[in-house]
Amino acid sequence: MNTAADGLVVEKVHVWRGDRHVLKGVSLTLQRGQLVHVSGPNGTGKTTLLRVVCGILRPEQGLVSWLGKSIASVRTEYQAALAYASHEPALKADLTALENLHFAVRLKRRVTAEELRASLEQTGVAACAGLPARVLSAGQRRRVAMARVLAMRASLWLLDEPFTNLDSAGTDLLRNLLQSHVERGGSALVVAHHDLKLDCNVHRLELTA
Amino acid sequence: MNVGVWEAMILVVHRELCLSFRRPDQLLQPLVFFLIVTTLFPLGLSLQLSLLRDMAPGVLWVAALLSSLLSLDALFKSDADDGTLEQLALSGQELTVIVVAKTFAHWLVTGAALVLVSPVVGTALGIPGSAFATMMASLSLGTFTLSWLGAIGAGLTVGLRRGNVLLSLIVLPLAMPLLIFGAGATDRALSGVSPTGALYFLAALCVFTCTLAPFAATAALRISLE
Repeated sequence: MNTAADGLVVEKVHVWRGDRHVLKGVSLTLQRGQLVHVSGPNGTGKTTLLRVVCGILRPEQGLVSWLGKSIASVRTEYQAALAYASHEPALKADLTALENLHFAVRLKRRVTAEELRASLEQTGVAACAGLPARVLSAGQRRRVAMARVLAMRASLWLLDEPFTNLDSAGTDLLRNLLQSHVERGGSALVVAHHDLKLDCNVHRLELTA
Repeated sequence: MNVGVWEAMILVVHRELCLSFRRPDQLLQPLVFFLIVTTLFPLGLSLQLSLLRDMAPGVLWVAALLSSLLSLDALFKSDADDGTLEQLALSGQELTVIVVAKTFAHWLVTGAALVLVSPVVGTALGIPGSAFATMMASLSLGTFTLSWLGAIGAGLTVGLRRGNVLLSLIVLPLAMPLLIFGAGATDRALSGVSPTGALYFLAALCVFTCTLAPFAATAALRISLE
């Protein structure tokens, strides 16, 4: 029986894609100050699980709840508390890095350009603030996407393969960001292939085919 | 701290306008199409001004409908392709608010722009200046309604690879009443009869569509996002 009224609870979620039974009764709990690392071979539904957790995909069976309530019933509050980074960086190629951040974060909370610049600086792409996303490298785009997660000041991070395209410095940076987010009492659900090598409260969820 | 509905709407409209003006080729495409199609008619027909004038309302309206359709495909698709639609859907704002703002911005850069250049086209087709007001009013109502109908179609076809053909098949039959009453209003103004009746019908269709279409388009988009 789950008693995690202050966190995220996924209970026996089933998802079918056509004839394929992608998620077969997946359950997890994510408390404050905790990180769940979802791993598993390709095609085992890691991204699907993340999309179910953020509420884009409705599961055929099972329930996702946040602070003890179903996420469908507290949709706006839940969305305000989460920051989702999909496996693509989700940037508009024609907008600058700063504009991309502005239009995404400003819908969630009132934010100044300085705050956005500060989060770009934190992920090491402050120099790219005025450049259109079109001219950025894949790694820089990933860092801008991470800056967006930071700028949202969300308590729940849902990250899909956040280490893709990052160099070793970027990987270390992201590890530090995750570590400090969890230590500050935030929670994170991270889909990643390799070991996260974090010293904080990490739970592992292995999905199998 | 929370961002209000109006604030969010203005922000999304601003975003859409920014994106449109960064890609002038896409912005101008429907307008150029509208201008070219309507100027081809006087060239293709014999030099009988009366014949041209009789056909003008129909030509103008068909061209306006088709050129509006050209850009509808991109309404949600470009955001869906680069993943920003998911970010918008998870922004903590109601998806309907985002849909309304995006559709309104789409109308500003296509429909409203068509209305503004329509006097030029009207002159080329021999429509007298006295009918311009009716022509512009009917086009405004018609293109606005079409943007809403298009939003439903675009929401339904956003996940499909070649959705634009299906989009036309969904939207064009629904746009028939617009064509009939829109061209009718302009035709009446041309022949000196009061166009009020046809304009009222257009306005009624417009109110009906923009009351219900945002919810239908949101539902369609939500299904496509899954």
